[in-house]
Amino acid sequence: MAETTPAATTALPRSPLSHAADRLAAATRASRGAIRLAELPFLTQLTVRLDAKGAAAEAVGLALDLQLPLQPNTVVRSGELTVLWLGPDEWLLVGRPGCEQELEGRVRQAAGEEPVSVVDVSAQRTTLLVSGPRAHDLLAHGCSLDLHPRAFGPGRCAQTTLGRTQVVLVARDEPRAGFWVLVRSTFAGYLADWLLDAATEYV
Amino acid sequence: MLLIPCPWCGPRDESEFHYGGQAHVPYPEDPSTLTDEEWAHYLFFRDNPKGPFAERWTHTAGCRRWFNAVRDTSTNEILTVYRTGETRPETSEPRPTVSAVSSHAGQHDPARPAFEGEAVQAGQRGSGGGSPQGTGTGRGGGGEETQPFRHPTRGRIDRSTPLTFTFDGTEYQGYRGDTLASALLANGVIAAATSIKLARPRGIFSAGPEEPNAVVQIEEPFPEPMLPATTVELYDGLVATSLPGQGRLATTPDPARYDAVHTHCDLLVVGAGPAGLAAAAAAASTGARVVLADENPEPGGSFLGTAEHLDWVQQTRERLEAASEFRFLPRTTVFGYYDDNHLLAVERRTNHLGAAAPAHMARERVWRIRARHVVLATGAHERSLAFPDNDRPGIMLAASARTHVNRQGALPGRHAVVFTTNDSAYEAALDLADAGLGVTAIVDTRPDPGEWADRARAAGIEVLPGHAVTGTEGGARLTAVTVAPYGEATGRRQFAADLLLVSGGWNPVAHLFSQSGGKLRHDEALGTFVPDTCRQAAEVAGAASGVFDLADALVQGAAAGARAVAAEGYTPRTPSLPHVPPRPTPTPPMHVYVVPGGPAEAPRFVDLQRDVTVADLARATGAGLRSVEHTKRYTTAGTANDQGKTSGVLASGVVAELLGVDISALGTTTFRPPYTPVSFAALAGRDRGTLSDPVRTTALHEWHVAHGALFENVGQWKRPWYYPRDGEDMEAAVLRECRATRESVGFMDASTLGKIDVQGPDAGVFLDRLYTNMMSTLKVGMVRYGVMCRPDGMVFDDGTVLRVAEDRFLTTTTTGNAAAVLEWMEEWLQTEWPELRVHCTSVTEQWATVALVGPKSRTILASLAPGLAVSNEDFPFMAWRDATVAGIPARVCRISFSGELAYEINVSPWRALALWEAVYEAGAPYGITPYGTETMHVLRAEKGYPIIGQDTDGTVTPQDLGMSWVVSKKKRDFIGKRSYARADTARPDRKHLVGLLPEDPGTLLPEGTHLIAASVLPAPPVPMLGHVTSSYRSAALGRTFALALVKGGRDRIGERLYAPVGERLVPVTVASPVLYDPEGARRDG
Repeated sequence: MAETTPAATTALPRSPLSHAADRLAAATRASRGAIRLAELPFLTQLTVRLDAKGAAAEAVGLALDLQLPLQPNTVVRSGELTVLWLGPDEWLLVGRPGCEQELEGRVRQAAGEEPVSVVDVSAQRTTLLVSGPRAHDLLAHGCSLDLHPRAFGPGRCAQTTLGRTQVVLVARDEPRAGFWVLVRSTFAGYLADWLLDAATEYV
Repeated sequence: MLLIPCPWCGPRDESEFHYGGQAHVPYPEDPSTLTDEEWAHYLFFRDNPKGPFAERWTHTAGCRRWFNAVRDTSTNEILTVYRTGETRPETSEPRPTVSAVSSHAGQHDPARPAFEGEAVQAGQRGSGGGSPQGTGTGRGGGGEETQPFRHPTRGRIDRSTPLTFTFDGTEYQGYRGDTLASALLANGVIAAATSIKLARPRGIFSAGPEEPNAVVQIEEPFPEPMLPATTVELYDGLVATSLPGQGRLATTPDPARYDAVHTHCDLLVVGAGPAGLAAAAAAASTGARVVLADENPEPGGSFLGTAEHLDWVQQTRERLEAASEFRFLPRTTVFGYYDDNHLLAVERRTNHLGAAAPAHMARERVWRIRARHVVLATGAHERSLAFPDNDRPGIMLAASARTHVNRQGALPGRHAVVFTTNDSAYEAALDLADAGLGVTAIVDTRPDPGEWADRARAAGIEVLPGHAVTGTEGGARLTAVTVAPYGEATGRRQFAADLLLVSGGWNPVAHLFSQSGGKLRHDEALGTFVPDTCRQAAEVAGAASGVFDLADALVQGAAAGARAVAAEGYTPRTPSLPHVPPRPTPTPPMHVYVVPGGPAEAPRFVDLQRDVTVADLARATGAGLRSVEHTKRYTTAGTANDQGKTSGVLASGVVAELLGVDISALGTTTFRPPYTPVSFAALAGRDRGTLSDPVRTTALHEWHVAHGALFENVGQWKRPWYYPRDGEDMEAAVLRECRATRESVGFMDASTLGKIDVQGPDAGVFLDRLYTNMMSTLKVGMVRYGVMCRPDGMVFDDGTVLRVAEDRFLTTTTTGNAAAVLEWMEEWLQTEWPELRVHCTSVTEQWATVALVGPKSRTILASLAPGLAVSNEDFPFMAWRDATVAGIPARVCRISFSGELAYEINVSPWRALALWEAVYEAGAPYGITPYGTETMHVLRAEKGYPIIGQDTDGTVTPQDLGMSWVVSKKKRDFIGKRSYARADTARPDRKHLVGLLPEDPGTLLPEGTHLIAASVLPAPPVPMLGHVTSSYRSAALGRTFALALVKGGRDRIGERLYAPVGERLVPVTVASPVLYDPEGARRDG
């Protein structure tokens, strides 16, 4: 690393929605508390694939200090780590930025000889925070799922479409705390534009 | 929108799924043992039954699992779903067809007698009086002098808010609460249009969305064509003009915003009239999620037109709005009823505000409502009668006249004659007389009209039983009505009148019910079509179900609302219902369509909006048409934008008479969405302009924009196309970019290529089966190009495969095919090869890719990655290395899509801009040139590298592309292999990919140009030899060239062919597709 060019080493990483941060913040301010829109950039995201009935499931759960959610479209949290059910043998681990390697190591070590796939997808999607009392109304402009707290309360997640792009929705833990919207990074600009347009009547 | 129950995620909209064809068609154990016929059967033949059919589906936008579903192909109903690998379960029975019309007070439902009994007793708090409210609610004063037909007190208008509007160039006054139609009536204007074919003057005919005549053009604030004046709420500054049957679209972009919202509820009640309000009242207090939608600005429905029980309406509204999960949608027309109780509605949010509409507020909003249960309380439309000259301005539906008087205090005329076949017009006549309108006579076709006639006579109105209207007179307005004994030529009388109120009976508004799949039946007593059975969770209540008695309708509505929420586990409460005083004993209606008598030559209109008469329908039946669907298309009756709301059943009745059959056997035409016209802008919502389709951009997009790139759309991606410098056109820019790259170095953003991580102990086996060539033998650290085919042997995708570890590969796909390839991999893994321990994960966005291309690329890479051994020996062609490039962790591949020495540097997209700028800086001494997709295409075409989807079209094998080398002969099987032994794929006249050199090196052939052998165009049919797939100018070759698919092309190299371009035949020479550096000398630098 000694001879690398100074320009590159000092440059900060750029998140997919860094260019939209100002507009998201402005909409949040203008809504006077009705909605809050912000990117939560650089979160660690790992796709973990293993046999839910095999020995690895329990071992990985132990290593992560939680039980991998087996109910479709549910979330389990432990400390800073959130685990999303994405499929019967597929989970998404979401953690604080920068812990990809440590987390992947933990999962692989726990699985041992059992077959497990771990893929770092931290840059594959970025995360949007959509919260505030009107968060649910805002998403309802483009999401066909029933997001009423009776149907989609804390502990729920879903892969679905919002506007014209695919997303992973996560209901945040506290009631009325809104949602995480995980979106493919190259669709994030579109989704930010879409959310800001849909929020026009709330700001 | 159909709901498909994913076995994992539960019911989701069908748009989240992809279809995978017939299930349980396993891939043959050993395709090589099959005959051509057996293999062709596997490839091309599938069942196509009517009824239950087992299919493969995948939850694309959800959990990405493939599963099986049994769908009834005749109803689209999903009968069962099950996971792949499971055997097909016994199919459950289709959803039962049940009666959609619940019992009411007149026909007790044994299941819930208690409730209905309570409901009847409960409502003792109604208006108390039986007589129509003579005084209305409006305040007197103001406007009468300028609005001569304004009732002094009646109407729910706000007389303190006068509004000025302009119609056909004349300025008028109206009030808040008016419709354009009522305001015109109050000003004495009834003629509001001329008819489309005959240009006859036409007047306001109704008071609602069924209006056939008064369809106007709104000019300001924004032009909108073809709106019924009866549904346009008046606002200050409204400018409208009458139309000759057709409107004009705006020529400027609509500045308004449009919106959409999804909502879910336990119960959707359509219509806030008596039955709908009662249904909502029974349901909403339970805590159930209830939505009540009504096209009017306020609830009340028919009560608004009769001015009865408005106190109950108000109380009910207040109670409903206090319920936590209740939502009232005023000004909202539910216009479509689709699968699985999915209903679409349009809410008009700012139209009534005119120029005062706030700009940030969406003008219209489409509600996409998914309801567990639906109560349709959509009311009924009065229908007309076919008598001579029945279209003059001043002829109006009887109840509509009453509505104009009671809702807006607008008098449609001064002196009325009433023409009816049933009791309902008497109520209207008595109320209008009470309002001060002179009702000269009631002409009743029935010989003995009974108790209602006595009441009319007691009020001083002459009743003519057994009579009919046989003619009218007037111009811009009706002046006289001719009456004669029913069916007789003598005994005519004439009445002076400016208003003729008509009632030919009532048609339940069954549009939504019918759209839901519900079946109608003909009710002999009512003489119309009423809802019967339905397979969706819907009930019809009130007049919409054929229940016209008010007390019955209220009870029926409450019961329907209660049943709906009880089915969802809520405990319904008995709502308070108004006391309905006893009414006169009803006399059955007479079923009349064509009124006999009168001058034979006078037109008897059936469809006013289309100018279709009884004579037109007679011509249709005379031409042999026997179905109303056929007479509709022959005469256009029912095809105007009112969709025949007042004329449809009348047309059926007329055709039945003409054919001499019973109307019940003839039926009605089909009801299709939308119930009323909906603008495309509303349907598009915010999916227009830049949001019409997602725009995908790479992490380097802003740099490309800043450096003047023009962009090419590739799927949803914006890819830099070329980077013109000052004054350059595309041709000059691309030639410059090509030259710079071949002679020194260029770089491009290749981040859009699809990338899939394939991981697991069986990853090599899996890729061997998917790709035509061998992947399991690839060494870690190396890269192989691969081609993927469909089972029919045709090329599907291509890309490179990196072996990352023993059990891990990284595959790339073409930009546009990334999602399809991943779905393809998952389909085979999940449905055919579940035993393989492999997982596939999209990592397209996990990496940004910079292609560094040209003879100087190695020097630049070396300067940026001092720790990387870059010599040809250390880092050979088709190898990859992890390295630190410009201080950034990177995976560098030595691959080339141009034939030049080249590298692809993959880094995190978070660091991509830093890498790109470092490359740009390090390359500056060599004149490094950013290039776009066009240059990429030229460079690859010079080398004869095909682009899948441009040079192929799903009918091309690897062998056709001249790539037999990529098709393994060692592997026992792979997808597509068996097809290469089919006679068809071995034909010598298959189209091959070849190069083409136009004789004139400056002639650029248009892509898609056909190729023929003859130098003179022969008479058709002209034998086609193939077509141009790619065509460019080459800097390296100093001329134009093309790639083409040509029959037996490889055997024609050197041959002269002709390309018809416009009027010319351009001579071309067939060449090898590899036109540049055929020896491959430049690859290693």
